[in-house]
Amino acid sequence: MAEPMTEAGPVALRTSPLAHLEERMRAAAVPGARGVTLTERPFLTMVNLRVGPGSEAADRIEHTLGARLPRRCGDTTSAGPHTVVWLGPDEWLVLSSAEGAVLTAELRAALGPAPGSAVDVSANRTTLELSGPSSRQVLEKGCPLDLHPRALGPGRAVSTTVGPVAVLLWQVDDAPTYRLFPRSSFADYLGRWLIDAMEEFRGPEVP
Amino acid sequence: MLLITCPWCGPRDETEYHYGGQAHVPYPETPADLTDEQWAAYVFYRDNPKGPFAERWMHSIGCRRWFNVLRDTATHEVLTSYRLDEPRPELPQAGGNR
Repeated sequence: MAEPMTEAGPVALRTSPLAHLEERMRAAAVPGARGVTLTERPFLTMVNLRVGPGSEAADRIEHTLGARLPRRCGDTTSAGPHTVVWLGPDEWLVLSSAEGAVLTAELRAALGPAPGSAVDVSANRTTLELSGPSSRQVLEKGCPLDLHPRALGPGRAVSTTVGPVAVLLWQVDDAPTYRLFPRSSFADYLGRWLIDAMEEFRGPEVP
Repeated sequence: MLLITCPWCGPRDETEYHYGGQAHVPYPETPADLTDEQWAAYVFYRDNPKGPFAERWMHSIGCRRWFNVLRDTATHEVLTSYRLDEPRPELPQAGGNR
C-alpha cells in the first residue's frame, strides 16, 4: 500500500477474482422478458469505516464524504463517487470509484485522534452485478431475506447470504439490478452458483 | 427454523446467527480468589430451565453484534430480544433463570 499505484505498476498486473469466469458469465446471460445477466465489476474501492455515530469525528467524516452516514440497517447514502453502506451501528462500508489510498488517507485525516478506523478493504470483496426481470427470482433460490419490493427497494443494502455464501446485497435500481459483494475467495463459488441458478430462465416458464 | 429479531437489523433467519449460551453470567469479581469448585461452577455450570431462558446470540452474517434473546426452551418461541446494555425484560411468567 505504501508504493504508489500507477498504471504501469500493480494496477496493470492485477487479476480480478472472477476473471476466469468472465466468458461463462457472458454466455449465461438470458435475453428477453425473463432475462437476467451476470457481470463482474472488479476493483471497486471499498473502505471499512468505524467511528462513533453522532460523534464530532463522524461529523467531520460526513463533511469529507459529502454524505451522511446512514443510521439504520439497510440504508445507504451517496454523494459523487461515494456510496456509504450501513454494516453495523458503528461500522460502514464506503464504496467508491475514487482511488483507494487517497480516500483512506482523507478519511483517516477526518477521523483524527478520535477512536475508530478507516481501512482500505478493496481486495476483500469483489462485485457481481445481477440484472434483469428474473434477477429477483434467481436470488430468491438461495437468499433467506424478503426481496419483494415491499421489503427491499432501490438504494437498500443488507448483509445476508446467497446460497451458503455471506454477501453484502445492494439493490441498485428497479430493473431490478442487484450488486453482490462476496469475499474474493468465495466469489468463484457464488459466480458458478448464480450461473447455475440463471439457467432455467432460458426456457419457457414451467407452470 | 427460528426467526430472531436482531435489535439493529430486524427479523432474520436463525442461520444468520451464532449461539452464545446463557446470558447474564457475570465474570467473577476476584477470579484469583475462587476455589476450584467455584471456578468450575462459573465455567461449566449453566441453568437448564424449561420455559423462558435468556441467552446470548450474535448476528454473525449481519451487523456482527452480540445481543440477548429471551427464548422459551419448551416451545422454541422467541419471546423478545434486547441489547446487551438493556436489562432483562420482565415477562408475565419470568423464572427459571438467575
